[in-house]
Amino acid sequence: MIAQYPTTWRRPHQIVPDRRLRIALQIGVLVYLVLAFSTVEVNWQRVTEGMERGQRFIMGFLQPDFTSRWRDISQGLIESLTMTLTSTVVGVLISVPIGIGAARNLVPRPVYLVCRAIVAVSRSLQEVIVAIFLVAMFGFGPFAGFLTLTFATIGFIAKLLADDIEEIDETQAEAIRATGGTWFQLLDYAIKPQIMPRLIGLSLYRLDINFRESAVIGIVGAGGIGATLNTSIDRYEYDSAGAILLIIIAIVMVAEYSSSYLRKFLQ
Amino acid sequence: MLPVDWCLRSRAKRIAIWMGWLALVALFVWCWQIMTETTIWAFVWDAPRQAQDVGGRMLPPEWGYLPELMQPLWDTLNIATLGTIGGVIMAVPVALLAARNTTPSATFLRPIALFIIVASRSINSLIWALLLVTIIGPGLLAGIIAIALRSIGFIGKLFYEAIEETDPKQIEAIQATGAGPAQVLTYGVVPQVMPALWGISVFRWDINIRESAILGLVGAGGIGLKLNASMAILAWDQVAVILLLILATVVVSEWVSAVIRRTII
Repeated sequence: MIAQYPTTWRRPHQIVPDRRLRIALQIGVLVYLVLAFSTVEVNWQRVTEGMERGQRFIMGFLQPDFTSRWRDISQGLIESLTMTLTSTVVGVLISVPIGIGAARNLVPRPVYLVCRAIVAVSRSLQEVIVAIFLVAMFGFGPFAGFLTLTFATIGFIAKLLADDIEEIDETQAEAIRATGGTWFQLLDYAIKPQIMPRLIGLSLYRLDINFRESAVIGIVGAGGIGATLNTSIDRYEYDSAGAILLIIIAIVMVAEYSSSYLRKFLQ
Repeated sequence: MLPVDWCLRSRAKRIAIWMGWLALVALFVWCWQIMTETTIWAFVWDAPRQAQDVGGRMLPPEWGYLPELMQPLWDTLNIATLGTIGGVIMAVPVALLAARNTTPSATFLRPIALFIIVASRSINSLIWALLLVTIIGPGLLAGIIAIALRSIGFIGKLFYEAIEETDPKQIEAIQATGAGPAQVLTYGVVPQVMPALWGISVFRWDINIRESAILGLVGAGGIGLKLNASMAILAWDQVAVILLLILATVVVSEWVSAVIRRTII
């Protein structure tokens, strides 16, 4: 009877246990990969020509040149940093009422739907695409960048804030309601203490994201360090471009560590 | 004597908090002044008229342009998918080196892996594309590599955190059977993190679809190229069609990724 038991063990497949479905999926993936790779046309001559540039870029990254373009770099950095701070502050100020409005447990249904719609619109539009339009409307420069980042901040903070308000401890709100508190007193004494640490944490996190994004939207003309980076790459000044990228990485690292430290400290 | 009004904080604390807010306001005003130094206000006040103008030109969208967009859309999907695959392939070893419980050397290799993750995360795919287009020329390949390089950081970070959260008991059980390090990995670690890896990859794929739609702005192929071309000739009715198509693609990909993640996890 023992012979009937299998002598070897095969680990069952985790994600797709059905063997036939698995094979079908694998064939599908294979067909897709063949089709997808056939659309990628690579001009190998251009690639080999570009390798020399690639080498120069890596050299530029290893020996960054901070000095010769320092005036432009510092100008771009100041624009980026000021843009980041102002847009985060204004974005948070606007997103607080919208976030409260998008919380199902605090407001009537029509207000909830309007606020959720604002959040959905702000979240579904790419920053870069928004920046293109705002640059067309408000002209080149950091002001368009400020508006773009503010717009993006609203969707981000308002959604997370609304989700947090919906998950608060209802008993505290109930207690304030039982004392006969008005809606604003309810906000002040029951909601605010519960979500304030979280809101500050989210704002710091968004500050970090906004700086990263400010480096990107400059490429489409919205000012900041991205514009400087774009110019330096267009001029093939890879040593300056390397310096800018290193500065961006350094600032992002500092921002990430200090914001996560601050968030831990606050909570 | 009892205080008349109840207050949450002491007087000194209240003043400190108030000063903190004052400092923030001062910083904001100062930054605002620096930022708006070079702003041409005539353009800003002119904005509503410009918006009306652009809006008027976008309507009605030129739907006849839609068939021409299918090839670039396919390219965009390929950039996102192949880029994600490339990113996953590169991110897995980096994550194994970065996770505290699987790294071969915590003092030497782990910091390097963490630096790779941070560097990849802090540079947006559009900047990677900008660099790669000048290096290997415009086209899909630059877009795919840009997406892959940006994905390393994201996938690597989430995946190494998933590896660090694995249950050590299961790994110990495999070790107790006398398995080698490779066998511990395949039978102890992999089964625990496989669903997480799939979930993270699909999540990143969804983000990559959004990002690859705009990579064409710097010449890296896909639907962004068409967007750039239409904007260059101020054909706002074509721009409207492209934006709606991008929006539809993003919504569909978000739905697909949500469904896949729900079935896996």
